[in-house]
Amino acid sequence: MQNRRSFIKAAVLSASIAAIGGLSASAYAADTIKVGILHSLSGTMAISETALKETALMTIEEINAKGGVLGKKLEPVVVDPASDWPKFAEKARQLLSQDKVAVTFGCWTSVSRKSVLPVYKELNGLLFYPVQYEGEELEKNVFYTGAAPNQQAIPAVEYLMSKEGGSAKRFVLLGTDYVYPRTTNKILRAFLHSKGVKDEDIMEEYTPFGHSDYQTIIAKIKKFAGEGKKTAVISTINGDSNVPFYKELGNAGLKAKDVPVVAFSVGEEELRGVDAKPLVGHLAAWNYFMSVKNPENDKFIKMYRDWAKKAKLPKAESVVTNDPMEATYVGIHMWAQAVEKAKSTDTDKVIAAMAGQTFKAPSGFTLKMDETNHHLHKPVFIGEIKADGQFNTVWKTKGPIRAQPWSPFIPGNEGKQKL
Amino acid sequence: MKRILSLLCLVAALWAGSAGAALDPAILKGLASDDFDAKQAAVAGLAAAGDDADAQRLLKALSDDAVAVAGERLLIVAGDQVLDAASGAALKPAPANPESISLNNSLRQQVDGALAALRLFSTDTAERLAAARLLLADMGDGAVLMPLLDKALAHEQDPVIKDILVRLHAQASLGSPDATVRLKAVQELGGSASPAVKALLLGLLDKQGEDFVEPDEKVRLAAQTAIKAIDGRLAWSDTAGQIFTGISLGSILLLAALGLAITYGVMGVINMAHGELLMVGAYSAYAMQALFRARFPEFVDYYVLAAVPVAFFVAAAVGMAMERAVIRHLYGRPLETLLATWGLSLVLIQAARLLFGAQNVEVANPAWMSGGVQLADNLSLPWNRLVIVAFSGFVLLVVWLMMNKTRLGMFVRAVTQNRPMAGCVGVPTARIDTLAFGIGSGIAGLGGVALSQIANVGPDMGQGYIVDSFMVVVLGGVGQLAGAVWAALGLGVVTKFLEGWAGAVIAKILVLVFIIIFIQKRPQGLFALKGRFVD
Repeated sequence: MQNRRSFIKAAVLSASIAAIGGLSASAYAADTIKVGILHSLSGTMAISETALKETALMTIEEINAKGGVLGKKLEPVVVDPASDWPKFAEKARQLLSQDKVAVTFGCWTSVSRKSVLPVYKELNGLLFYPVQYEGEELEKNVFYTGAAPNQQAIPAVEYLMSKEGGSAKRFVLLGTDYVYPRTTNKILRAFLHSKGVKDEDIMEEYTPFGHSDYQTIIAKIKKFAGEGKKTAVISTINGDSNVPFYKELGNAGLKAKDVPVVAFSVGEEELRGVDAKPLVGHLAAWNYFMSVKNPENDKFIKMYRDWAKKAKLPKAESVVTNDPMEATYVGIHMWAQAVEKAKSTDTDKVIAAMAGQTFKAPSGFTLKMDETNHHLHKPVFIGEIKADGQFNTVWKTKGPIRAQPWSPFIPGNEGKQKL
Repeated sequence: MKRILSLLCLVAALWAGSAGAALDPAILKGLASDDFDAKQAAVAGLAAAGDDADAQRLLKALSDDAVAVAGERLLIVAGDQVLDAASGAALKPAPANPESISLNNSLRQQVDGALAALRLFSTDTAERLAAARLLLADMGDGAVLMPLLDKALAHEQDPVIKDILVRLHAQASLGSPDATVRLKAVQELGGSASPAVKALLLGLLDKQGEDFVEPDEKVRLAAQTAIKAIDGRLAWSDTAGQIFTGISLGSILLLAALGLAITYGVMGVINMAHGELLMVGAYSAYAMQALFRARFPEFVDYYVLAAVPVAFFVAAAVGMAMERAVIRHLYGRPLETLLATWGLSLVLIQAARLLFGAQNVEVANPAWMSGGVQLADNLSLPWNRLVIVAFSGFVLLVVWLMMNKTRLGMFVRAVTQNRPMAGCVGVPTARIDTLAFGIGSGIAGLGGVALSQIANVGPDMGQGYIVDSFMVVVLGGVGQLAGAVWAALGLGVVTKFLEGWAGAVIAKILVLVFIIIFIQKRPQGLFALKGRFVD
């Protein structure tokens, strides 16, 4: 009895603490359009997602400074789901039914997106998802401004297999244990099979979220690489595990020249926390790099630097921009354009108006929202890490390519490309 | 492909030789082009023209990422100065809008290999040795370097360097068209202990379509023998590496659990906030790093040393405050203590969020803790892990001395074994409780400093270690230092071997299953308190 009572006490205590943490003050005003921002500001994903919140706030301010949308100012509602997947659904419901936001910009991990999906479908909300992901999904209520596998993962592996990329013959598929890495690796394995790579030349490894001891895995990679043929590592590690992973990589002396690591979730922001010198030459594939040179990008970088100073972000003098930040920026602008076109913030009208929207993006290309599949046409860049934590573009596509959310390498996906 | 390339570079070498001192404009043009093959041929040409001072300067500049192109002209940017790459003459004024030329991995490998090969002709023995070792670790395309190696081998007098050169030469001549040369090379390589060489040899045994890569059967047999010999040499260092990673994980577990062993053992307090005391220690290291960066930038590499005492005292102070304010009133009520300390842990996490922000903070390894020592070709031990293993040994020694050789330690042991009797003979049990709790917390703080060097430092970092710490204490038996040591090292090594065998996720599950079974078989391992609850 004593026991049970204590546990009930514990449960009540934890629930009330969670509730206090969850309250967000928001003043109601009729002449504004509310915009939800759903990014983890604490926990393992905060390393990546905090910058997206800042980008969203900056973009909203930029739009407001130009007079807002439909003559109304945008009012951001920021919530913190704390890298806790069920909490994402809770917060999404709160944004939609309590704060009545017109649109939400948010999520990073696929597991968080999957957890909020039912809420957006049920309440007919609108979500803009700014991160590259595994595909195999197409929802009416979601616009995907990040890359589908054929806009990131597949070109990166093709590059590694090319002579230029070192003619890799064996592959280590290394990831965090959740839906995005597992699905991406399933697609990549099918793709590698189609290129004649056999199963014994593919090693697949997963670690839990927040894993911090990569000694064994690095030793295993070294051993695998020592068994003949050029080996490359394809990393879908997400969140703050990347810091110990790259630290260990540097300390173990695994050089990019011998075993290149190409990462799909590591950008300029994640590299800020690491000494990049031992990582020179390791790769990342994205649709935007901060080092891309064009006037749009100069403007974007300057805007974010000014914002960082104004918002007094930690280490404001050294802030960087990255691909998901660009995707957030593009997404918010496209949404604003669609609202202007639809003359309403109604979900269905905005979805109809989104088709075919274009925007001149910081990547230097004019991106277009596909008419049928809710994904952007995006260019692909492959970059090598430089000593200052920036990327040196070593390969890129000629222009934006159309997304294939349903990978053609997975059987049964034929004819699924439209909504 | 390789053959064609080596032919190409041979042609380039002959051509460059006849062209004289000035750099071949075709090379310069190739470097400036966007086409990968053209760039590669240009770098091979530079390597072949290696004796030339202009070529060496350009190679060096390429390796430093200091080459740029403006219009048709190739430039070397050295600080404020801009040189013409072809002649080395300083350009004034510098051409406008130079666009820097960047190399990708395979080109950089070629450039670095060529630079190292050129250093083989240095007059300084140490430099020649270093260059030879560098090439041994990473030669890239051997065919490109072959002419240089030939020449170096002919000149070399030093026996150690010559030995390495012979092996390098063998490595490079695996692509030779002459089967006897290849056979000799393979036999020579059998004496190596390097995974890179093994990979090269394995490549010979591969099939390309119907045919083997290596057409001669004798060479293939020799390669098999050589691979076996190399494997034998690699096996021991593999195992040694695995044991080391286990010990390294064990030392971290020990640092995390040692403090808990004291507080749990002495007072029977189930301290759920123990993980947060680790966090306090890690943030102390961060704060010291910030202080050193701001005030004593010349000593910034030694901030870790300063962080050790600071973390101990800060964490001890937090622990003693916790004990005085909350835990003291709950002695003998384990469930309430559990709840209260869990609440305290939330308070501490939130406090860290308010003070330092919700994001992880960056704690850099000092230079002397970066990199590693290379024991064998496939075994390098990272310095930060070595330092932590040594540090945990040191902490263990201090704790043992304190518990067994000091008056305070004697009091603590007395209270642990029989509290009322200790009180009767005049031991101030309440004060001992506070001090013991403080010491346990301080040791957790030390663990935090160690963790800050290898893991992420954030407000909720402690949560990941509380379960592991309890596992160690439970497994080792409560209140015993030796138990904690064996349990930590055992768990570390077992986890690492399981990880190597089944992957990190499964290993975690298996370890938990093991603990559950263990507790069922040996429940006294869990609550075999020697303190007041038993007496």
